[in-house]
Amino acid sequence: MSHAQYFLEATYLIASCLFVLGLKGLSHPDTARRGMIMAAAGMAAAVIGTLFHPDIHNYLYIAIGLILGSSIGIPMAMVPMTAMPQRTALSHAFGALAASMVGIAEYVIHGSKLGPVKVGALGLEVMLGSLTVTGSLIAAAKLQELMRGTPIMFKGQQIFNLALFIVMVGSFVAWIVNPAAQMFFYTMVGCAFVFGIMLVIPIGAADMPVVMSLLNSYAGLSSAATGFVLGNNVLIIAGTLDGFSGFILSILMCRAMNRSITNVLFGGFGAAVTQETAVTGSMREVGLDDVAVQLAYANQVVFVPGYGMATAQAQHACRELGNILEERGISVKYAIHPVAGRMPGHMNVLLAEANVPYSSLYEMEQINPEMQSTDVAVVIGANDVVNPDARDNPKSLIAGMPIIEVDKAKSVVVLKRGKGKGFSGLENPLFFKPVTGMLYGDAKTSLTNLVQAVQKV
Amino acid sequence: MEHLLFHPVGFIVALAMMEGTKELSFNPAVLIASLYVFALAAFLGYQVISRVPPLLHTPLMSATNAISGISLIGSIVIAGSHYDEHQMLASILGCAAVTSAMINVTGGFLITDRMLKMFRKKEAPKTNKPEEKK
Repeated sequence: MSHAQYFLEATYLIASCLFVLGLKGLSHPDTARRGMIMAAAGMAAAVIGTLFHPDIHNYLYIAIGLILGSSIGIPMAMVPMTAMPQRTALSHAFGALAASMVGIAEYVIHGSKLGPVKVGALGLEVMLGSLTVTGSLIAAAKLQELMRGTPIMFKGQQIFNLALFIVMVGSFVAWIVNPAAQMFFYTMVGCAFVFGIMLVIPIGAADMPVVMSLLNSYAGLSSAATGFVLGNNVLIIAGTLDGFSGFILSILMCRAMNRSITNVLFGGFGAAVTQETAVTGSMREVGLDDVAVQLAYANQVVFVPGYGMATAQAQHACRELGNILEERGISVKYAIHPVAGRMPGHMNVLLAEANVPYSSLYEMEQINPEMQSTDVAVVIGANDVVNPDARDNPKSLIAGMPIIEVDKAKSVVVLKRGKGKGFSGLENPLFFKPVTGMLYGDAKTSLTNLVQAVQKV
Repeated sequence: MEHLLFHPVGFIVALAMMEGTKELSFNPAVLIASLYVFALAAFLGYQVISRVPPLLHTPLMSATNAISGISLIGSIVIAGSHYDEHQMLASILGCAAVTSAMINVTGGFLITDRMLKMFRKKEAPKTNKPEEKK
């Protein structure tokens, strides 16, 4: 090994350690930023080390790529926090695209000279990478509402998908046996691109947290496979860390919805009409002033945000209301359901943006025991995560999904745009309970008006 | 032996058994070492990441996303190397790969940092509010 290669390997070792330490830093908000700086330093070290790679003769294309990438990447980091889910999905697409292009390039360059293990790893890399690219793009389009967020189903979809999958895996195996056969390779790549689309279109926008985590996992595993192709350990380590993080997140998200991964992927949630309890009674509409009085004389108020808060951009107004209540000596808490919003931790980030300290953010398990002693629970644009049917009606589509039990609070106020059903199309019996009052209108306007009304009380 | 390729576990075994004849084959010792690295990284990843609180799940996702931009180093080598044939195609693919990996790396780390800056504790004067006692 030359000196340059020792230097290279040393930077890769440092990078691997810094990545692990960086992720370890994320276990607490206080150490998280330092951790990220370490991980970024690790990345910088690995990149600088690679620039000294003995095989590199021409820096032109590298420079073009680095400059072009930064000039797209930096503006992409400046998007508003409400656009976080689609930005992350888009970012998954780019990461996977890089991995799959490295794979295709490796095959173009070395062709059938690659040994079977490398061929196998390369196939996995390109397959996972390609399906993540199109899958993430569809997810981003759904989140950005460029296409409708409801599941897209058609007749014979399952059979089509199965056939596609068989052709994809079949050409993969055929190609491993005969690596010189380019046709099999490109058939596999083509099938993977189509399969990525087919994988995400039947999934509703409300299930996006799971899909995002899963795509995150695929992008990571694709990078890890690149590591096997190139015989490079830092790629294996970083890719595996990413792959497992996505995997763990998808399991957590599924658990928070009491559904299996297969059910999320192939269930076509919300498209099927299932049994619902006939809800009787009527929704009780409440006035702004009534709510203001309730809030002003409460001891404890819990806000339960959902995706509606993100679409209405109501996080700042929510914080304002919280501030005013706190100034009156009222205990204010924010209850966050694990799948509220469109990606894991979505609500936490929005509230943090609005300057809500993280010590006021409570997880579902922490806040549920306190619900009985809560005077007013304010539901802001959340629906399924507070649907008592999940707990009470075993026939419900969301039966068994853990919920934030707002209906146990002494009083519930639901901020809702209109009388329509929630995203999943399920009726929510919470809205019909005597304890619940409905405050219709745009969440942001309602909250701003409540701030003024509370000040007058 | 090829039928083993359809089996999830047999897959790696079959590949390894077919190994050793080609120019760019894995040295068996290196392959085994790489599999160890993979397995240990998986366990380590599981341990480290299970400790991340739900509060930080969005930053976790964007951070791991930035880290998976590590394929940047593979892309750089492809974009800068000299090949006897397919030079143009390899350079273009390499350049495009460097671009997309770089988008991931810069964008991912910057937005993670932006997010983490927003997470803060309660400011000092408010610590004696009633909710702190509970």
